[in-house]
Amino acid sequence: MRALHLGKKIGEKVVLRDISLEVGDAGMLAILGPNGAGKTTLLRILSGVWGPTHGELWRFGQKVEREGRSDSRIGYLGHQSFLYPSLSALDNLTFYAKLWGLDRPSDRAANALKQVGLTWSQADPVKTYSRGMLQRAAIARVLLTQPKLLLLDEPYTGLDLAAQEFLDTTLRSFQTAGGAIILITHNVHEAIRVSQAVTILVRGRLVWWSDTQGWNAERLALEYQKWLGGGARHP
Amino acid sequence: MMAFVLMVIFVFAFAVDTGRVQFSLVFPGTLWMAFLFAGMIGISRTYAHEVPEDTLTGLILAPGDRMTIFLAKLTTAFLFMIAMEAIATPIFFSLFNEPWNGSWGPMILVLVLGALGLVELGTLLSAISANLKSGEMIFTVLLFPFEIPVLICTVEATQAMLSVPSGNPWLWLHGLMAYDAIFLVLPLLLYEYLWEV
Repeated sequence: MRALHLGKKIGEKVVLRDISLEVGDAGMLAILGPNGAGKTTLLRILSGVWGPTHGELWRFGQKVEREGRSDSRIGYLGHQSFLYPSLSALDNLTFYAKLWGLDRPSDRAANALKQVGLTWSQADPVKTYSRGMLQRAAIARVLLTQPKLLLLDEPYTGLDLAAQEFLDTTLRSFQTAGGAIILITHNVHEAIRVSQAVTILVRGRLVWWSDTQGWNAERLALEYQKWLGGGARHP
Repeated sequence: MMAFVLMVIFVFAFAVDTGRVQFSLVFPGTLWMAFLFAGMIGISRTYAHEVPEDTLTGLILAPGDRMTIFLAKLTTAFLFMIAMEAIATPIFFSLFNEPWNGSWGPMILVLVLGALGLVELGTLLSAISANLKSGEMIFTVLLFPFEIPVLICTVEATQAMLSVPSGNPWLWLHGLMAYDAIFLVLPLLLYEYLWEV
C-alpha cells in the first residue's frame, strides 16, 4: 500500500492534506491521532470506500483511479461491525461471502467463525452479542476473503482483556503469514505493543513518524502530547 | 404501509357520507394522498436497516457497481408499493361505491407510473438522509414539494378515467412518464457522490 500526497476535501472542508505513507508485506503501521484528525477518512480512502481528491494511491502495485474501489485483498474493520443485527453471524457472513462471489459461502462463513471462536453462537442474532463477540464476528467478516492487508479503525475500543489478547494473537498470526496491517488508535500502549512504525495524524496531516524500535509507551505518549498540546505543526 | 393505507380507507369510509357528498370528485385525490403517505412511511425506512452497524459500507466494499445497491433498494420499494396499490385499490372502489367506467389498461399504467414516481425520488432522498443527523426532516421537507408533479399527474389521470364521459388521461400519463424518466436518470448521475454525504 502506497499513498503519495493524498488529499481529501468533503464539501468545502479539507479533511486530509499531503498524506504520504507506505506499508509493505508483514509491515504494521499504527496511526495515532485525536478525534477529528481525519483518521477514519484516511482509512476509508485506503480501503476504497471513498476516493481521494488529490494525490495517488497504489495498492498491490496498481494505481487506483480517483473513484473509490474495493479490493478483496483488503480487509476493512470499521467502527461498526457491518453486520445486520437481526441476522445470525452465520447468515451475515454467508451473505457477505455470496456478495464477494466466494465459492461454498456457507462453509467459508462457518470456517471464519470457527477461526474467531464463535461457532458456539453462530446461529444467534448478532444483536444479542456482547461488544467482544461482535468484534470477533466483525473480524471473521474481514478474514472471509483471506485479505493481504488489514485496515483496522480503533479495533481495541470497548474490548475486555481477554478480547484484547485474542485480537493481539489474531493480528500476530496474520502478520506472521505475511499480511500487512494499518491500525488506527488513540492508545500509545496499543501502538507500541503491536506495530513496527507509528505516525501521528493531526488536523489532516501526518506530522510525525518513527519506527517503534527503541521507543516505549511513556516516551511515545510524551511525543504524542507534544503534538496535541501544540496543535498541528508542519514537520 | 398496508396498515396505514387500510386505516385511511376505513376512516374515509366512515367519515364521508357518499349519499350526500359527490365523492367521485375527491375520490382520485383521496386515493393518491393515501398512497403518498403510506409510501412515504415505507420508503423513508429503505436505508434504515443499514444505519445501526453501517452495513451500507459493507455493501459498498463488495465488488461490482455501487449503483446496484440503489437499483436494488428502488426495486424493492417499487414492488412493495405496487403490492400495496394492488390490494388497496379494489378496496377503495368497493368501499366508496365508486363505479368503474374506464378501461383497466390505463388505470394499471397510472398505478405503475405513479408508484415509480413516488419511490424514485423517495429512495434517492432516503439514501441522502440516512447519513445525516437531521435526515428524517430533510427527507420530509424535500419529498413533498418534489412529489407534487406526480400527485397532480396521477390524480388528473385517474379523474379523467373515472369521469362520465371519460376524459383523456394520456396528457397526464405522458407527464408522469417524463417525470419518471428524469428521476430515474438523476440518481444515476448523483449516486457516486452520495456515499460521501
